[in-house]
Amino acid sequence: MLAKRIIPCLDVDRGRVVKGIRFVSLVDAGDPIEQAKRYDAEGADELTFLDITASSDKREIVAALVRRVADEVFIPFTVGGGLRSLEDFRAVLRSGADKVSLNTAAIEEPQLISKGAEVFGSQCMVVSIDARRRNPHDASEGWNVFTYGGRQPAGLDVIEWAIEAERLGAGEILLTSMDCDGTRNGYDLELTRAVSSAVRIPVIASGGAGKLNHFYEALTEGGASAVLAASLFHSGEYEIADVKNYLRTRGVVVR
Amino acid sequence: MALVGIIDYGVGNLRSVEKAFAAVGCDALVSADEETLRTVERLVLPGVGAFGACMRALTERGFDRLVTERVAQGTPLLGVCVGMQMLFEESDEFGTTRGLGLLPGRVTRFSGELVVPQVGWNQIRQRHSHPMFQGIADGAFFYFVHSYYCEPADSRVVLGETDYGVAYASVVAYENISGVQFHPEKSQAAGLRLLANFARAD
Repeated sequence: MLAKRIIPCLDVDRGRVVKGIRFVSLVDAGDPIEQAKRYDAEGADELTFLDITASSDKREIVAALVRRVADEVFIPFTVGGGLRSLEDFRAVLRSGADKVSLNTAAIEEPQLISKGAEVFGSQCMVVSIDARRRNPHDASEGWNVFTYGGRQPAGLDVIEWAIEAERLGAGEILLTSMDCDGTRNGYDLELTRAVSSAVRIPVIASGGAGKLNHFYEALTEGGASAVLAASLFHSGEYEIADVKNYLRTRGVVVR
Repeated sequence: MALVGIIDYGVGNLRSVEKAFAAVGCDALVSADEETLRTVERLVLPGVGAFGACMRALTERGFDRLVTERVAQGTPLLGVCVGMQMLFEESDEFGTTRGLGLLPGRVTRFSGELVVPQVGWNQIRQRHSHPMFQGIADGAFFYFVHSYYCEPADSRVVLGETDYGVAYASVVAYENISGVQFHPEKSQAAGLRLLANFARAD
């Protein structure tokens, strides 16, 4: 049986893991390679690096990081954050990443998804969608897509954009609920369910994990193929193995 | 120990495959040079993305001939992912595309209500014992990313099976030809062991 995936996410700035608190204060939280190795040893199924380096030599900095990770960690990993061209994708994939994740760039230039899929294959192209409810208390009103780290409304409906991304050649959708992110009250299950039933590609649920039960809900009720979490794992509150043991006892297939 | 040559025909990320062999103490190099690929003792045929694009890129460089000739000379070959699929006669990805035809059978798409591509960790059911499986538990998980799977015409070549809607051939071997649908270089300890087994097998 195909196992459900647990994916820790690492925010990286200039080659170091950082912990952002509401995008304001960035605290150095260590060496990405050491953390990647730790998650690998704990049983993470994949890793996601979100690179927030703002620098003219960003491409070289990211490629160097990716090479170091690829040399030592033998599980798949995705790199996202400010990749805007085929050249950016190539630099990351050639250095050893398995997938690239696109957010704002894909919305501003949707053909980037199809061009990337054509050159590198759909399996490389993860489209990341930041979703916010139109009405926080009523999922039936739907969700809007946001770009620029959740700062700007894109004028798109989440479900329509997910379907379009699949049509253009996306291999997976990384779906983040802005309403739930950081709350630790659980994933937006209505959102996850709405997107996973609208597309046939895998959906990775993100934003809101706080308790073991939340992972279970996203993977069952939400229909997600994978769950992503950041702070919950970084804080050491839960290890990957805790999540997997819990899911296993509830009948979810994990590695 | 034998030197492994990873065939570079411009497709995919070969660095991970090279590093995975290095991590288990095996000598491997990525090469696009015909002379080098004719002198290494084992060959790995990688492949990602579309079957047709991979076959075209391989053929443009004349490496389809090289692979066929070296296999006929008895050189051990391991096809990985689309590299495994290319061992067969044809694929129905975007019409029908010819493969290398080293093994009888075809490549077909997952159908039904499945999420496609299959992305993630799935298990291998070992049908026969084989040096490739040495030290690897029956039912071990490996990392897969694919929308198409191989249907060998001769079930005797099927070494390992995986369930995803159907039970399909995820590991094949016949004499010096072998193939795996998953990515051993991304499959942690079990994957590294399989690569070491390939590099070290007699």
